[in-house]
Order: sequence, then structure tokens, then C-alpha cells
Amino acid sequence: MKNSAMREIPDYLLEKGEFSLYNPLITEGLKKKESLSSAERQKQSRKIISSLEKAVTLSGLRDGMTISFHHHFRDGDYVVNYVIDRLAEMGFKHLRLAASSLTNIHAPLIRHIQNHVIDSIETSGLRGELAEAISKGLMDIPVTFRSHGGRAYAVSSDQLHIDVAFLGAPSCDPFGNANGYSRDTEDTSACGSMGYARVDANYADKVIILTDHIVPYPNIPFGISQYQVDYIVEIPEIGDKNKIMSGATRYTNNPRDLLIAQKAVDVIAASGYFYDGFSLQTGSGGAALATTRFLREKMLARNIKANFALGGITGQIVKLHEEGLIKKLLDVQSFDLDAAESLKNNRFHQQIDANYYADPFSEGSVVNELDVVVLSALEVDTEFNVNVLTGSDGIIRGAIGGHQDTAAGAAFSIVVAPLTRGRNSSILDHVTTLTTPGDTVDVVVTDQGIAVNPLRPEIKERMKKAHIPLSTIEELKEKADKIVGIAEPLPFDDQVVGIVTYRDGSILDVIRKIRSDQ
Amino acid sequence: MNLISKGFAGTLESGDIFIEIEKSEQPGIHIDLQSKVKNQYGKQIFSVITETLKENGITNVNVKAVDQGSLDCTIRARVTTAIYRGCGRTDYRWE
Repeated sequence: MKNSAMREIPDYLLEKGEFSLYNPLITEGLKKKESLSSAERQKQSRKIISSLEKAVTLSGLRDGMTISFHHHFRDGDYVVNYVIDRLAEMGFKHLRLAASSLTNIHAPLIRHIQNHVIDSIETSGLRGELAEAISKGLMDIPVTFRSHGGRAYAVSSDQLHIDVAFLGAPSCDPFGNANGYSRDTEDTSACGSMGYARVDANYADKVIILTDHIVPYPNIPFGISQYQVDYIVEIPEIGDKNKIMSGATRYTNNPRDLLIAQKAVDVIAASGYFYDGFSLQTGSGGAALATTRFLREKMLARNIKANFALGGITGQIVKLHEEGLIKKLLDVQSFDLDAAESLKNNRFHQQIDANYYADPFSEGSVVNELDVVVLSALEVDTEFNVNVLTGSDGIIRGAIGGHQDTAAGAAFSIVVAPLTRGRNSSILDHVTTLTTPGDTVDVVVTDQGIAVNPLRPEIKERMKKAHIPLSTIEELKEKADKIVGIAEPLPFDDQVVGIVTYRDGSILDVIRKIRSDQ
Repeated sequence: MNLISKGFAGTLESGDIFIEIEKSEQPGIHIDLQSKVKNQYGKQIFSVITETLKENGITNVNVKAVDQGSLDCTIRARVTTAIYRGCGRTDYRWE
């Protein structure tokens, strides 16, 4: 048979249906040759949609579907509220909101939950008014909490199917190459790494990029590739870059946090995992962040350099990198603007997605290559279980984040906490909510003492050799009880308001409704 | 001791407790407590305030307490100070 170019093609090649005959006129969607210049084609990109409403309609979003967002803007995020407001106006109902995390700025969601625009929520954490309202029974369906690695796995394995992802991007070109910064202009609302957003871009059925900076093609380097992006909508502002650093990543001058950080560094130095070429991650929270500062001195004194740091990258970590003390940075989320700036400028500061970071079933997950991680905690119990999700009042006020993932992945995990906070003890018989199982926590460091998990006798020996004074976890608990007294049990109802999942999606614990009549 | 005016002590700083006491027309000790840790430590805070008042011979009193996670020793100190100020006395018995 002859194809449309009048070349003779043997019939047997077409019999299995593996090939068809060349005929560009009938192949649907095949890009036709155009005579427009590249500059003109960028102007006419069909991916750029004039309004969010139109893009939503094109995406095929229907009631009951799952929409997703990332939280790289932390407390400065405008995208979630902007999009849900528009969806509410358009009359959507019963949506499932699957955000990588939610913060104080998302309190307006309360109204949308009451009006059934949002029926259920998936997130790593909740804070502020929204968290309080949900703790007091705002939602009929409990919130599902997942770690960053757990979420990445749930999305990539389709346990959590995303219909439409709404991803804010500080820069995007007319064909969808998007990133958390731009090398073309200083004038963007930088958020640094887009690690969580990249998972959604990979797996969502439809991807809508919201941006306040459409930059010339090609926007390189890009965090999200053009082939994953369906529509692009320009909005006035996607976020406030000055608020990226607020909330969990505040920088500390608190002497107690500094004391804890100093002790944590002594523990690291004696752990057997402080060697030339080691790897580390520090979590959010005052003491964990401050650890980096003291670690620097120790590294200089012992002439030790780190192979890589993972995170949650902070300005402190960037400084060590630029000083040559940490060779490479792997960045799923930039914790402050210095980190965002470094991602843009430093060649060995690499953006990674959340699957790469912490997928629990992937051999190469970076968390599995960690030597040391320093993590914060709201509560620890005598089984070394950790709570990072609910306060001592039983109200949700935190996020699992990468806590579970790094504690399980790292060879050596340190949890830092002040022994008491106000009148609350951090060391209890049982944590209010179990978010990280105790068998993945190796050492607890408080301002009043250090306890090694009995599952790690070799660590205990190394601490003793280094003359680091140790307590048992029970001794720490007694010490705290002497100061604050014994708390009465919290007034929980039976209703479950939150489901805490482990990395594989199994249920680790539940959060119950707290009675608000007290 | 005898309350002759309102007595105040303490601040609204974290870890402190603000205490305001005033003679009550009704007999007995009436405590209005606001606390972030009322669920866990409310009873304990009530009993420390009550004990401290009784130790100082104050029996008919309205107490307003705004607690920011204070420890028992702080509560005792603030209540005692509020009593002395309300009674117009400065002859503290330092322990």
C-alpha cells in the first residue's frame, strides 16, 4: 500500500496493527508545522488560559473529585484560599482537598467546609484556627495525615488519586516549565524547591499552574516540566515570600534551645556517625535548626566534612555548604530565602521531589542514605514514641512532615525537646498522638538530660566512652513530673477527627475530638 | 488579713499567672480561672490558689486568675503578693 507520501509500504508490516500508514492530515493532535516565529508562538501558547474559571472547566473538574496543592509558601501561601474561593463561587461541592500541608493562613477554609465545598482533607499537618476547629469536630470525615514520604507513595501508587493539581509557581514559561525561582529575573516570589509539587505534577490527571510571573521560554532550570502541565493561569500574587520562613522554621536565640542544640551536637560527635563524608538532616523547630550552628564548630575542630545534607534546607546549612563543609545539598523544600537563593545559584544544591526524598518503598530514597537526623518533638513517651501533631491540650497544631521518614531512614535519629514547656511536660507515659514509632528514635536530648533508646545499646556505650551524662527516659519523665505535677487526662470524645497514617498508609493512631465546653 | 482594696500581681507573660483579688460580698472563695492548661491542671491550680488564700486568712474573696502555664511556686508567689497588696501590707514573711 502507498502512504500519503506515495511510498510503497508492504502490507504485512501493517497486519498486526503495530504501525499505521503515514498520513499527517488524519493524525489527531499532531502538531502541524507553523511559520510563526518562536516569539510569536510563545505569545499564542494555548496552555495559557485567561481565567482560573476557564482552566477549571477545561480540566473537567467535577463535584466529589480530589484537588491538590503544595505548601512551599508555608504561611505566605495565597493559592489555596484563592482557588477554593473561586471553586466555591463556581458552585463546586464535596471536594477532597489533598494538600502537602496546611498552615495558619488557611483559616478561611473553615467556611468552605461548613458549606460542603470541601468534604475531606489530606495533609501532612494543620495549624491555627482551622486546626482548632477540626479538633473540635468541624468535619464529618476525619482528616488523613500523611508524612511527606507517605504522601508521595500514596500519590504515586494511586492510593491517593489526584484529579486536578493546582500548583503555585513563582515562575513559569508559556509552555509550563515552572520553578520556585527564576534565573531570568530577580523579581519573582521565590519559594525555592518545588519538591512536593513535583509529585502532584507527575501523577495528577490534570495540572494547572498558577503563577504571577510568566517568563520567556525556556524557563531553565525547571522544577516542573512542560510535558506535565495542562494549563497555566496568571494571577496577581501567589504568595508572600517573606513569610516562607515563618512558623515552624523560626530562628532561635532562646538559651534553652541553644543548650539543647549544644548537647545534641555532643551526642552526634560521640555517636559513631560523625565521620568524614557523613550525611545529615536537621528538622524544623528552634533547637533542631540551631544544631547546625554548633555542628559547624565541631566539624572544623575535627576536620570533618559532610558528603551531603538533606532537607528541609536552611540558610544555616547553605552557609556550611558555601564554606565547603557540606559537599552537596538535596532539597525537597527550602525553609528560608537563603536556601531558595542558594538553590538558584549553587551548582551542587539539587532540587528533589518527595518520592526521591522519602518514598518508603524506593531503594534510593535519600532518607535511607542519611547518617544523622535531628528532629523536634512536642511530646515523647517512655517508649520513645513521638508526637509532633497535637499539643498537650489535645488540639492539632503541627505536622508529621518528614519526621517518620527520616527517623526510619537515618542510621541515627536524635529527637530534641525542652523537658518542659510552660506547665507541660514533654516526656510522658504515653504521647497524646503517636506520629513516629519509638523503635525508630535512637536518642532523646532535653535541656535536663539525655536518654538513649535501650534498643541501641552500642550507642549508649559510645556516649559513656565520651563521658556524656545519660539518664533513662523514665528518669527524665520523673524530673519533669516534679516540676509540673501530674496532668489530668484530656476530655476527648469518641468521634475521630484525624487519622494518623504511617509511611505505608497503614493507620498508626487516631486523633479524637476534644470537648470544647471546658 | 483584711482586704481593703483590689490586689494585683503577676503578668500575662508565658509561664506567669496574673492574679486579681477583691473582697467578696458573698461568703467563700470564688475563683474565675482562665488557663491554657485548664483541662490538665485546672484542679491543681484551683487548690494552690485556695490553699494560699486560706494560709493568709482570706476567706471571702473573688479571684480572677489568668494563667499562662505557670508552675505551683509561681502561683503561690503571685497570690501571696496580691493578698499583701490588697491588704496594704508590706511586712512580708520571707521564707
